[in-house]
Amino acid sequence: MDYSLVVAIELLREVAGLILIATGLAIVFGMMRVINIAHGEFIMLGGYTVVLTTKQGVNIWIAILILAPLVVGIFGVVVERLIIRHLYGRIIDSLLATWGLSLFLIGFITVVFGNTVEGVTTPFAAVAIGQYRVSIYTLFLIFAAMAVIASVYLTLRHTKAGLIARATMQNPDMVETLGINSKLVYMATFGVGAAFAGLAGGLLAPISGVVPSMGALLIGKAFITVVTGGTAVVAGTLAASSILGSISQSVTFMFGPVFGDATLLFVALILLRLLPQGITGRIFTRSV
Amino acid sequence: MLRNLPKDWLGAGFVVVLGLAILIFVPVYFDLFEVLQMTKYVVLALFVLSLAYIWGFGGILSFGQAGFFGLGGYIFAVSSINMGQTTLPFLIAIGLCVVFAAALGYFMFYGRLNDVYLGVVTLVVTLILYKLINHTAGPEYIIGTARLGGFNGIPSIPIMTLPWQPDQEMEPAQMFQYFMAILIVVYVLLHILIKSKFGRVAISIRENEVRSSLLGYDVRLYKLCIFMIGGAIGGGAGAMWASYQTFVDPNIFSLEWSAKCLIWVIAGGVGTLIGPIIGVIALEYLSFQLGQTDFINNLIVLGTILILVVLLMPKGLFPTFRDIFLKLWRRGGGQGGGQGDGGRLG
Repeated sequence: MDYSLVVAIELLREVAGLILIATGLAIVFGMMRVINIAHGEFIMLGGYTVVLTTKQGVNIWIAILILAPLVVGIFGVVVERLIIRHLYGRIIDSLLATWGLSLFLIGFITVVFGNTVEGVTTPFAAVAIGQYRVSIYTLFLIFAAMAVIASVYLTLRHTKAGLIARATMQNPDMVETLGINSKLVYMATFGVGAAFAGLAGGLLAPISGVVPSMGALLIGKAFITVVTGGTAVVAGTLAASSILGSISQSVTFMFGPVFGDATLLFVALILLRLLPQGITGRIFTRSV
Repeated sequence: MLRNLPKDWLGAGFVVVLGLAILIFVPVYFDLFEVLQMTKYVVLALFVLSLAYIWGFGGILSFGQAGFFGLGGYIFAVSSINMGQTTLPFLIAIGLCVVFAAALGYFMFYGRLNDVYLGVVTLVVTLILYKLINHTAGPEYIIGTARLGGFNGIPSIPIMTLPWQPDQEMEPAQMFQYFMAILIVVYVLLHILIKSKFGRVAISIRENEVRSSLLGYDVRLYKLCIFMIGGAIGGGAGAMWASYQTFVDPNIFSLEWSAKCLIWVIAGGVGTLIGPIIGVIALEYLSFQLGQTDFINNLIVLGTILILVVLLMPKGLFPTFRDIFLKLWRRGGGQGGGQGDGGRLG
């Protein structure tokens, strides 16, 4: 009974991890059809923000929950103004330009900070469940992921900003005739996507440590989750993360992390073959 | 069309003549180290041709050509270590890559996967290969006499021999000329293929798949064949790479190799064959030179180049320079009244 609870928590943690790293990318891809390969590096920047600011003595919660998203969000807006805005509608070109940006950022951070792993201590202790111990930080991560999804859903569905964002996604020309500057909406959306990436980086920093190449490890999973999920931001990310995360973590439990990772990729392959437009291309198509 | 025939072949002919000149004169005028470097560029040029063809002339954006490159390398390594000779393993590597491409292609094209999703599937397959082979480090992972080695890779791969001299390993100069000859032959064959009926249907599929399908062509079959050709060339290049390096490791399946292949094709120019070759040589040479200085980080420069090329020269290096050259030539009183060279191939 205790063991199954621990297993369930570990499964949820994997799903939560996928949700956190994929949400920012899903927002940008789902709303603007821009594939931001540099998303992994945005996550990395969030992690470095936390590491640097906590070294200067800033409270870790402020660093993770406020500073990391803020810094990376602003950086995202700058990137959008300089690079992305020329590439709307050009999926392949946006992919390549952001790939270039990702290489640039990795190189830049390596030059500035070096190639070693920096660490931040996990701010929570562990709690006991039966004979097993579960870190409270894991529970915090799961909670954070749920909060992220809930906030995105509520914003898109129940606020005016969300309405404008969804409208711009569906029909930018109509939105312009109704008097809204769609370029501003794109800029804000990209900034928000980047901010979520920064948040993910900040949340993951205490667990995995920050190193310039951490983005490269995460972008693959994030990218696959988003494409498998399809264009609906909330439903797609939730569906894809749940399926991929739970199956891969189960396999990891039984056979080890290598097979777990390979299984994640394999399941994504099967899903894409059966649902070529992603999960929400076929199911829940009209959801947010 | 008949009038254009000589002009269409002009560009390709020029490239072939240049290639033959390089083949004959480089070992004479350059020293050993430079010949070895150029052999590397020749193999990478063949690798980039595989993506340049299936993307530029078939419309298939595959993120996983590194998968065939790696498979070719590993299959060559395992079979040549087992068999002791290199000619048959070279053919086996190409053959098995074609089979793998057929299976994967069937899975993708008959499932109607397209653009981004196709790219993701090819990427995923390559990553799966990476993870699986990375894991094979123990002594139980052995095929015949060749240990797969996992993240350690497979060392001591036999150097290729000329097919008619199976006992004598090739000298570096011979290897350069042999590989260069293969590159020229593949280049010419691809040009013939592109200009044939098959090639024209492939281009029409690239332009507008639905229309081609409505005209009665089985789009899935054509794409499958194109993908198999790309797999064969990529696998052959991989085998050549394994023999050149005498070493192969799982990094050949990594995201980095897939990325580099894409970058070379984009920078060189999608839709041409010679452009990506120029791209790979230019970028690899640049990386090499930068690697020698400690000053600027390699990645920073590569990344900046990629961003600048996409923003400023979206068609790629070669087409942009070619268009500038042609515009200046026409303005200088060359040929009046010419239309844009829409179908002109490089």
